[in-house]
Amino acid sequence: MPMLLAIELAYWQETAIKVAVMAVLVPTTALILGIVFLFKMMSWMQSRMGPQEAGPRGLLQLLADGVKFLQKEDIIPDAADRFVFKAAPIVVLVSTFLTYVVVPAGPDLVIENLPTGIFFAMAVSSLSVIGVLMAGWASSNKYALMGGLRAAGQLIAYELPLVLAVTGVVIQVGSLSMQDIVWAQATGEIFGWGGIGLPLILTQILAFFVFMAAVQAELAQPPFDMPIAETEVVGGYHIEYTGFRFLFFFLGEFATAFAFAAIAATLFLGGWYVPGIPPDSVWANVVGPIALFVKIMFVSFLIFWFRFTYPRFREDQLQTFAWKYLIPLSLVNITVTGIVVVAF
Amino acid sequence: MSSSEAPTTDAAADGAEEAEEAPRDEVREELLAAITAELGDAVVGSHIRVDDDLWVRVDRSAWRTAAELLARRMSFDFFDFLSVIDWLPSPFGRDMDAQEDILAGAAEAGAPDASAVDATESDADPEASALVTGYAGGDTRFQLLARLYSISRGLGVTLKCDLPDDDLSAPTWVPVFMGANWHEREAHEMFGISFTDHPDLRKLYLPADFEGFPLRKDFPLLARRVKPWPGIVDTEPMPGEDEEEGA
Amino acid sequence: MTLTESQQLAYVAAQAADARVNLQFETDDGMTLNIGPQHPATHGTLRIIVRLDGEQVVRAEPYPGYMHRGYEKLCEVRTYPQVTTLVNRIDWLGSFANEVPFILAAEKLMDIEAPPRAQVIRTILFELSRMANVSLFLGDLGIQLGGITIGFYAFRDREFVLNQIESATGGRFHPNFDRIGGLKDDLPKGWIAETKRCMERMRTFCDQFETLVLGNEIFQARTRGIGVIPPDVARSYGLTGANIRGSGVDWDLRRDSVPPGLSYDKADWKVHTHPDGDSFARTWVRLQEVRESTLIVDQLLDAIPSGPVMAKVPRIIKVPEGEAYVATENPLGEMGYYVVSKGDLVPFRVKIRSASFNNISIVPWVTRGVFVPDMVTILASLYFILGDIDR
Repeated sequence: MPMLLAIELAYWQETAIKVAVMAVLVPTTALILGIVFLFKMMSWMQSRMGPQEAGPRGLLQLLADGVKFLQKEDIIPDAADRFVFKAAPIVVLVSTFLTYVVVPAGPDLVIENLPTGIFFAMAVSSLSVIGVLMAGWASSNKYALMGGLRAAGQLIAYELPLVLAVTGVVIQVGSLSMQDIVWAQATGEIFGWGGIGLPLILTQILAFFVFMAAVQAELAQPPFDMPIAETEVVGGYHIEYTGFRFLFFFLGEFATAFAFAAIAATLFLGGWYVPGIPPDSVWANVVGPIALFVKIMFVSFLIFWFRFTYPRFREDQLQTFAWKYLIPLSLVNITVTGIVVVAF
Repeated sequence: MSSSEAPTTDAAADGAEEAEEAPRDEVREELLAAITAELGDAVVGSHIRVDDDLWVRVDRSAWRTAAELLARRMSFDFFDFLSVIDWLPSPFGRDMDAQEDILAGAAEAGAPDASAVDATESDADPEASALVTGYAGGDTRFQLLARLYSISRGLGVTLKCDLPDDDLSAPTWVPVFMGANWHEREAHEMFGISFTDHPDLRKLYLPADFEGFPLRKDFPLLARRVKPWPGIVDTEPMPGEDEEEGA
Repeated sequence: MTLTESQQLAYVAAQAADARVNLQFETDDGMTLNIGPQHPATHGTLRIIVRLDGEQVVRAEPYPGYMHRGYEKLCEVRTYPQVTTLVNRIDWLGSFANEVPFILAAEKLMDIEAPPRAQVIRTILFELSRMANVSLFLGDLGIQLGGITIGFYAFRDREFVLNQIESATGGRFHPNFDRIGGLKDDLPKGWIAETKRCMERMRTFCDQFETLVLGNEIFQARTRGIGVIPPDVARSYGLTGANIRGSGVDWDLRRDSVPPGLSYDKADWKVHTHPDGDSFARTWVRLQEVRESTLIVDQLLDAIPSGPVMAKVPRIIKVPEGEAYVATENPLGEMGYYVVSKGDLVPFRVKIRSASFNNISIVPWVTRGVFVPDMVTILASLYFILGDIDR
């Protein structure tokens, strides 16, 4: 593997840089998704203009909103469990931050190339359930409680198809490391032709479908947004949150969407690999992040497209969808993948 | 209030009279005959407006029976509404109206200022003015008013029922029409009518500790007491007002 | 057909049981959820106290009255022409339609009739306000179900209808345009052609809605079989409008009992019913109604006779003694006024029979045993306007 930087850094220096990158990266991604999809794409889909005033073409609107949230009074209900109430948004945000750790943006551009990368990502992303449940319980609000419980039921139910969909990829690649998965796609060949590598979406199309559906539910986006359904439980678990605590949830929601899109892009679309640029060249480190970003935006587009198009399921229909359709489908996918891998 | 001149008979006669001179409304007459045949003496008054509507006034004891009869045997199973009319002339008379209105009404209505003057006089002594009731007559101050419809026959019937002043209660209609529940609750809070055997006679709109019965005529409309209405004659005439309003 | 004895007994017993439940609200195990008066699903200030078992509704009890304005009392101190300003605010999305029955009742008592031109224009405006109202309902249903995009589509196309109402009457929301004996004014120039284009747009919107929402699997899964109201219950509760037609009762006042003063007979249109009685049926019927409504308007626009728009009425309107009940098929259902006149400048008593009052009184019945999300769909599909419940 070529080294991008020949400079040797001490461990603490390296860690400091990584932490700084993360601290900038996570809110930025949330901001990008928020502006591009929530404000602009959504308003165009709904035949309206979207924000126009703040900044050029209203692009700074989300920043203005963020500042507005920071200015708001921080209200904690009297009957709330104060410690848990305060901790909940942080738990959610931590889970989001940790998910970013293992996503590679280039042959060397990865915060930590864990050998069990995808396993780690799945594990920490499900941590947010705990934060949501904490928020729902500690708010001492019936709507929040209902929203929190709905979220818990939903996230647990969809964790399974999510992991099972990933399993197909892992079986085919034979590694849990996200870097290895990208390399496998970059060096793969389609019937002997290596022009575009082998994006796993071609062989794991079923897994991709299950993964995207499960991601939609994990993110509590419509059509699976019952935990926050504003017409039913009025915002669910974050009903009592104001100001920067609410901002944390908001950041968490969009940054997690970005993280899941990144995982989907890495697993199924080849991650940072660009056809034509050898994955072991220095250029891969330069073009890699851009390629990954483009792929992420494509996947996010899918996520938000569904979000703006579909009405919401009912809680029991959502469970039915998970247990009766997604899980059997992903099991079929695993079986077929396993047979093919063993046979060839 | 207690001045009842038994208008029942002339209301019935009124209906008959009208039927003679005007084109007869056979459908409604048949219906009225059928109701009378079933309820007998309980039908104390009726009125037919040809090709429009039928009013039947029944005795309070037959209020529930009438509903059952109409709903179950005559296909009048569509419940339209139930309410109450307070026939007491407003003890406040027309004093809530602007003076301009009274004068304007007297000047322009053609008929001499009799009515306007009457109205102003009556508020001095509300008890003196007679209790004038409407179609199908009435003897008492409070009168129940309900309307049923027969979708299959395309006919409506308005039922009325007098309630004696010392016992403002009537049998409930809820077992016959489930929709009567809220209407009776509204009548209960607005007029103070109690419906016997009503399953849930709480206040509907008003706070539970509200006192008084707002839709009764002797319940003052506070907004008007505090600030008189400017009146029909606009304080500032709108441009072009005359062409529009003046026929 | 009426209710069977056992159904009634069951209902009365349940009501009695629930009276006890009300007392136990705060102490009982299980959960009591207070929905409203500020809750997005109640679009307005309806308060519903729900007893839940998990997410299943054991009993829902609406508490209206947060917007009660006492219109029946206020009508008693306003002259007849002034009353229209008030009743405009009952169903504030289809305001013009509120004025019409009251004006017709006054006309009936005075025994005058509006000139033919006024009658036709009145009917056109009536149907326009139906479109303005029901298209908002359709969009709102999408929002209630979490599909906010359809809400924006509905608002976009509703705007064109409102523009037409505004350019004819001068008011988008509260036209106050109907007068005893006719209309305030004639139509502006070019209005007819513009309205035809607008009708074309509304039909496109209906097609869009039908494919986008009614054809959507999730929407169907959420609404089919939810909140079923059998026809006999619907009649017993006095449901009207699309709610009773969605239960398969073929009953439309525009066709079956149109009061003099409106000219629905000049157009060729039909009444849609749906046999299912569920939330989907009610939505479907409403959508078809908007479409029929555009057809009515199109036909009437071609059939506007020439002539005055105002009959000869005295400057100060005194209504002769009498009683009259006039009801019209408003966007929400049957809206009627029982007017008692004593030959005075002001009505002696006005009983306002509003559609949503009856339509919402069925909520305790129809929401038994449904889930909270279904309650939202049922409330949205029953379609109420708070001002129409509370008056």
